[in-house]
Amino acid sequence: MFEHIVNGLVLGGTYALIAMGLTMQYGIARIMNLAFGDTIIVACFGTYLLVSAFALSPLLALLILVPGAFVFSYAVFLALMQPLVARAPNREALEVDSILVTFGLLFVIQGILLVIFGGAYTSYSYLNVGVNVLGTTVSANRLLAFVMALVFGGALMFVLFRTRWGMMLRAVELAPESAPLYGIDVDRVARYAFAVGGALAASGGVVVSMYQTFTATAGVVFTMKALIVVILGGKGSLIGALIAGIVLGIVETLVAAYIDPGLTLAATYAVFLAILLFRPTGLFGSAA
Amino acid sequence: MPTYASLALVAVAVSTLAAAPFYLSDYGVGLLIGMSGYVTLATAWALFSGPTRYVSLATVAFFGIGAYTVAVFSETLPYPLVLLLAAAIGGTVAAVVGLSTLRLAGVYFVIFTFGLAELVRQTVTWWEVNITGTLGRYIFLPFEGRHIYWQLLALLTVTMLIGWLIGRSRIGLALKAIGDDEAVAAHAGIDVTRTKLVLFVLSATIITLVGAIQAPRWTYIEPSIVFNPTVSFLTLIMALLGGPMRLWGPMVGAVPLFLLFEWLSANFPNHFSIFLGLLFILIVFVMPNGVLAKLEGIRKGAAQ
Repeated sequence: MFEHIVNGLVLGGTYALIAMGLTMQYGIARIMNLAFGDTIIVACFGTYLLVSAFALSPLLALLILVPGAFVFSYAVFLALMQPLVARAPNREALEVDSILVTFGLLFVIQGILLVIFGGAYTSYSYLNVGVNVLGTTVSANRLLAFVMALVFGGALMFVLFRTRWGMMLRAVELAPESAPLYGIDVDRVARYAFAVGGALAASGGVVVSMYQTFTATAGVVFTMKALIVVILGGKGSLIGALIAGIVLGIVETLVAAYIDPGLTLAATYAVFLAILLFRPTGLFGSAA
Repeated sequence: MPTYASLALVAVAVSTLAAAPFYLSDYGVGLLIGMSGYVTLATAWALFSGPTRYVSLATVAFFGIGAYTVAVFSETLPYPLVLLLAAAIGGTVAAVVGLSTLRLAGVYFVIFTFGLAELVRQTVTWWEVNITGTLGRYIFLPFEGRHIYWQLLALLTVTMLIGWLIGRSRIGLALKAIGDDEAVAAHAGIDVTRTKLVLFVLSATIITLVGAIQAPRWTYIEPSIVFNPTVSFLTLIMALLGGPMRLWGPMVGAVPLFLLFEWLSANFPNHFSIFLGLLFILIVFVMPNGVLAKLEGIRKGAAQ
């Protein structure tokens, strides 16, 4: 039992990390990015390539992939999202447009991955040794993944709550109409929030690839899970995303361990359905 | 008002299309099946998503449910009963999804439908592997291509008729109001959630039937074949290209795109989804309201 809780925490830490990335993109930049999970998968394959072809450590891969994802996401926002923001008469129209465009982007990224890597399940072996944690054995790569999720999550929290730039981000999240009155360039903040969200997705991808197999078409599932965590935690709440991510990770691990590994997605959906029915604003969200 | 001339025109068009299999090769009939299937899917999709602007990404979930119902029950039940059962299952799933998401903001609905196909696919796979012990089923129904085509044509005609009737009924007016402004519609006394729910269930039931009717074409099916997410994507892009707000829009989008996709998947099977994605982004940027609205805009511009 304890072993599953620890594994659930590890998985949950990763979910929380990628959900924070999605919160940056959806909560602050106001873009519902359906290709979010594919950024994660690209980072998975990128790590795989760097580890297997260049014998780099996944930690070094992080130094290449995270800035890469930042630049890529910035460019995507500039090229695809900014024109939509400019033409949308209201928030709902922007939501529909961004959903449609990122849905197209999802197929482009997935298609490119399929051409390069094919559709098979891929993984690599890194730090695959057991470590004793409070009496149960956890593989070292999972442990490292958990620590990395904590480090990235902590760094993001620090930036958001302790720096001037973070305050600007939170201002745009809270009141996008009033933020310009205080001299905040909302478009600029949105661009950077979107790019930081992409960078977090990539770091999540590197973390995931260390202990899980992945396929070119698995992006949809990651996007789904990130979205569910965001909604479960309450839209825009980072603490909520953290706790909700861990809840989802533990639920999934327990379902896989005690019921059937084939039903984890069904369990995720059951959690989602329960929130929608009983608390659509999420555990920590206020009414929109 | 429908004049007798336009009624006669529709009757001539339908009977010409119905007679087409007698003059075409098997390949031609196969193309007609695919085309009428997608036109029906896109039209049914637009019945709900056009006026409400709720983007449903779950087309293939219902399509696959229809196909799977036929695969499971075609040996034990008479065919018409299988179709009814498929419609009932599809409609019930749609009602559950709709009841839990349609009273919330549109984005919840999109997210829920986004993963629905994957959920149904994984659950069916799990069920087949663990409970029935088989993955993949054979369908032996005594249908030739043209029989399937005629059924699809009939379903398409009914779907267009429903779309046309909705356009001039109270529920159509209510839908237009909801699409324009949900809050105003609610204040005007429209039961917003119920209207959306009815339309969603109707649209999903038709989509389920398309899957059910097309299933015998495959002979052998398994979850990864009938729950292929490309179907949802193609349906969406076809309806958007033509213009989901108009009755004829999805058809105008579906016919050329279907032929283009046939050609692409025959010549560039590996790069198919890249082209698809790029084309889709282009459509959203260049003609967000569809080609019919674009043409209308150009004509108005020329007249002035």
